[in-house]
Amino acid sequence: MGALSIRNVTRHYGTVQILKGIDIEVDAGEFLILVGPSGCGKSTLLNIIAGLDTPTSGTVHIAGRDVTRALPKDRDIAMVFQSYALYPNMNVAQNIAFGLEMRNVPKPEREAAIARVSKMLQIEHLLDRKPGQLSGGQRQRVAMGRALARDPTLFLFDEPLSNLDAKLRVEMRAEIKHLHHKAQVTTVYVTHDQVEAMTLGDHIAVMKGGMIEQLGSPDDIYSRPATRFVAEFIGSPAMNIVAGAPAANGYASHGVALDLSERQRSELGAPRGDGILYGLRPEALSFAGAGLPGTISLLEPTGPETYALVDTPMGKLMARVPGKVHQQLGENVFLRWQADDAHLFDAKTERRIG
Amino acid sequence: MSAPTAAVHGPAWHRWVLWSLLLLFAAFFLLPFYVMVTTSLKDMAQIREGNLLSLPTAPTAAAWLKAWSTACTGIDCGGLRPFFVNSVLMVVPAVLVSTALGAINGYVLSKWRFPGSELMFALILFGMFMPFQVVLLPMSQVLGWFGIASSIWGLILVHIVAGLPSTALFFRNYYVGLPDELIRAAMLDGAGFWRIFWRIVLPLSTPIMVVTLIWQFTQIWNDFLFGVVFSGAASKPVTVGLNNLANTSSAVKEYNVDMAAALIAGLPTLIVYVLAGKYFVRGLTAGAVKG
Amino acid sequence: MNSTTAARLSAWMPRLVIAPSFVLAMLFIYGLIAWNGYLSLSASRLLPNYTFVGFDQYVTLFDSERWWVALRNLAIFGGLFIGVGMALGLLLAILLDQKIRAEGVLRTIYLYPMALSFIVTGTAWKWILNPGLGIEKLVQDWGFPGFTFDWLVNPDRAIYTIVIAGVWQSAGFVMALFLAGLRGIDDSILKAAQIDGASLPRIYWRIIIPSLRPVFFSTLMVLSHLAIKSFDLVMALTAGGPGFATDVPATFMYTMAFSRGQIGLGAASATVMLATVAAIVVPYLYSELRAKR
Repeated sequence: MGALSIRNVTRHYGTVQILKGIDIEVDAGEFLILVGPSGCGKSTLLNIIAGLDTPTSGTVHIAGRDVTRALPKDRDIAMVFQSYALYPNMNVAQNIAFGLEMRNVPKPEREAAIARVSKMLQIEHLLDRKPGQLSGGQRQRVAMGRALARDPTLFLFDEPLSNLDAKLRVEMRAEIKHLHHKAQVTTVYVTHDQVEAMTLGDHIAVMKGGMIEQLGSPDDIYSRPATRFVAEFIGSPAMNIVAGAPAANGYASHGVALDLSERQRSELGAPRGDGILYGLRPEALSFAGAGLPGTISLLEPTGPETYALVDTPMGKLMARVPGKVHQQLGENVFLRWQADDAHLFDAKTERRIG
Repeated sequence: MSAPTAAVHGPAWHRWVLWSLLLLFAAFFLLPFYVMVTTSLKDMAQIREGNLLSLPTAPTAAAWLKAWSTACTGIDCGGLRPFFVNSVLMVVPAVLVSTALGAINGYVLSKWRFPGSELMFALILFGMFMPFQVVLLPMSQVLGWFGIASSIWGLILVHIVAGLPSTALFFRNYYVGLPDELIRAAMLDGAGFWRIFWRIVLPLSTPIMVVTLIWQFTQIWNDFLFGVVFSGAASKPVTVGLNNLANTSSAVKEYNVDMAAALIAGLPTLIVYVLAGKYFVRGLTAGAVKG
Repeated sequence: MNSTTAARLSAWMPRLVIAPSFVLAMLFIYGLIAWNGYLSLSASRLLPNYTFVGFDQYVTLFDSERWWVALRNLAIFGGLFIGVGMALGLLLAILLDQKIRAEGVLRTIYLYPMALSFIVTGTAWKWILNPGLGIEKLVQDWGFPGFTFDWLVNPDRAIYTIVIAGVWQSAGFVMALFLAGLRGIDDSILKAAQIDGASLPRIYWRIIIPSLRPVFFSTLMVLSHLAIKSFDLVMALTAGGPGFATDVPATFMYTMAFSRGQIGLGAASATVMLATVAAIVVPYLYSELRAKR
C-alpha cells in the first residue's frame, strides 16, 4: 500500500473541468513532482491532497486511510507555500511550533522539536527573529522547519522556489534534495519549472489541461516522452518538431526525406495518412561536412555550449553544440544526426510511436 | 505615497502665486476656528463693540464656565455638562461594540467566503447609503417595544446597528489584503476559525483597528439625527445640547457662550483628529473609494 | 466530538458568526424600510394608524408647497454644494500636489473641519454670518459703511449660506480623495508627456484630470449622499428658516413626523428620499461590485 493514493479524482467548477480524472500511486519515501504550464490543475490537485479543496469525485488515501473528506489538520500532512506564509506576528520558534501548539503538544516536547528542526536546517541563530527580519532563503528554511516539526506522513510543496532569485533557487534546490535524502518523508512537489522537476523528482507527473500526460522517472520523461506536449515541455531549448508527410519510401518534410532506422520503420508499421511528427532534441544535432544544408540565423553562446538556430528546408531547427562555434551569422552549415535519436509521434494523436 | 512629479517649476512668481493661493485657502479654513475661540473669550460688550476678527481685549473664561454648567438649553439651565456626560456614556460602548462586530464580520466576509456571502455583503453595504430618515419612524416604535426608547441604551443600539455596514467594509477591505496562504497554513497547522482569528488575524489588525475606532468615534460623537430623535429628556447627547443652547429663544443672545459651547462639543473629535489625523484620512478614503 | 461533526461545525461556523449581524442588518434596514413604506400608505397622523389609504399621503405631499420648496432647495443646495465642493477640492488637491514643503500642515488645516459635527459647523457659521455683528460688521469696520450681508435671514438667500458652510466642511475631504487619486497616477505617463513637450496646464487638462474619472464618480456619490442627508447642518444654521425658506427634505421629514404629528406624511417624504438615493447609489454599487469580480 503506497503512502499516497489518488484514484480517479476529478474537480469541476460548474461547467469548468479543472481535473479530469487523476490516478497516481506514490510509494513511501518517494519524491513526486507535479509539473505543467499554468492552468493545468497541478495546484488544485495539491490542494485536494492537502484537504484545502474537495474533489468532485474520486478518492484520496494517505497511508492507507481514506482522507477524501477529512480536514487538513486530520491528514497528518505539512505544506510549504510559495510565499512561505510565515505568521508575521510570531518569531521563528513560535512559527515552527505553531502546529504542535494547535495539537496541544506539551511545552517540553515542542521545545525539543524546535531544537531538532532548527539544528537540521541550521537556523538556530534565527529563533528569536520575526519573519520580516529574515532573508528569502532564511524564510524558506523556516517554512520547511515548520513543516518538518510536525513529523508528518506527507510533505507538500507548492512552488516554493518561485519567489527566489536564480542563484538562491539553485542553492535551495540542493538543500531540499539533501533534506529529502536525510528525512525520507514522502513528498509531493508542484512546480512549473522543468529543471526543478528533472533534478528533484523520483517520479514526475507532467500535467496539461487537468490530465496527466505522462507519469514516469526523469529519464523516462526525457528520453521517451509519451506525447508531443511532454516532448516540447521538458528540455531546454525545446525539442525541434517537424511534420513528416507520407512520401516515397517513408516520410518527408518539405520534400526532404526523413532519416529512419530499421527499428523505427518496423515500429511505424503501415504508412499513416495524417503523417508523423519527427522530433529532434537540440543536442542530437551537430555541425558536419555534409547533411541537411542550412543558414545560421541566430547564435547564442552560453559559455559551455552554443545554441544555433539554423534555417533549413525542413524549417528552423535549434542545435546545441558544445563549446564555441567557428561559423558566423548568415554562414552556411550542414546539420547531421543519428536516425535513432529522433522521437516519432503520430501526427493526429500526438502520441509516441514506439 | 509616491512623490508627485507634475510640479510647478519655472519663474519664481509661479511659486508666489501658488503660495498665495494656498495661504488664502488656509485662512478660509482657519478663520472660523479663530473666530470661535476669540469670541468665546470675549464678553458681550466687547463683541458688540468690536468685530469678528478683533482680539479679546480682556480675555475671560466666563463664557466657558457658563456654557459648561449654567447655560440654558430649553427648560433646564445646567449647561452642556449633562449632555457631554451622556455623549461619553453613549460613545464608549457603541464604538467598542461596533468595531468588534466589524472585525469579526469583515473576517468572515474576506477569508471565509461561502455561496451568498458576497450578496450578503452587498445587502449590508446598502445600509451605509440609505438616508436614515427612512428608518426613523419604525425604529422609534421598535425601541419603544424594548422599553429603551428614551434611554442611552436605545441610542447605543441604534449606533451599533447603523455602524454595521461601515465597520464591516473597513475590516473586510483590509483583511482582503492579508494573504490567503496565511489562513491556509494555519488550517494545515490545525487551527480552526476562532484560533486563526485570535492568534493570527487580530494581531495583524492594528492599523485598521485604529482607523475604525477613530472613524466610529467621530461619527457617533458628531451625530445629531439619532440623538435628537431617539433620546429622552435625560439622555440627549452633546450635539443636541449644543443645538438647543444655541437656538433657545431667550431675550438676549450670548454669542460668546454659544461659541464656547460649540468648542466644548467639538474639541474631543478635533483633538483626536490632530493627534491621529493620518489614520482619520485613511478611514475617509477607505470608505469612499471602494476597494 | 468526532471528526465529521467537527468538520460540519467548522464549515458552518462562518455562517453562524455572521448570521446575527446579517439578520440585524436585514431587519433594521429592509424590515424598517418596508414598515416605513407601509406607514406612508397609511392614515397615520400623531400615532400610527394602520388603515390603508393608498397613495393619499403622497398626493398630500406633492400638493404641499413646503415640500416643493424643500425639493427646490435640495436641488439648489445639492448642485452648488457638489459643484463648488468638487471644484474647490480638486483645486486644493492640484495645489498641494506641487511638491510643497508644508504639505502635511496644510493638509491638516484643510481637512480639520471634517472632524467637526455639522452642528458645531452650523453654530459657528451662524455666528459668522450673523446679520449685524458678523461679516456685515467686519466689512463695515474695514471702511465700507453701506455693506450689508443679511443672507442668513433673507428667505431668498438663506439657502446659499448653507452652501458656504457645507463647502467649508467638506472641501477638505474632496481634496483628500483627489490627492490620493493624483498620487496614484503612474509617474512614467507624466514623464512621457513632458518629453513629448506638453506644458503643465496641458498635462493636467488632457492627461491627469481625465484619469481621475473614477475618483470623480466616487466623490460625486459621496457628496450627493451627504447633500441628500443634510439635516444637521440645516438645523443648526437656519432650522429650516426663515419660515421654511431653507427647508430640505430631511428637515421636512423630521418636522412632519416628530413635531407636526403627521407620521404618514413624514414616512412618505422619507420614502421619496430613499428612492432618490437608491436611483443614484444602486447602479453605482452594482457596477462597482461587478467590476471587482
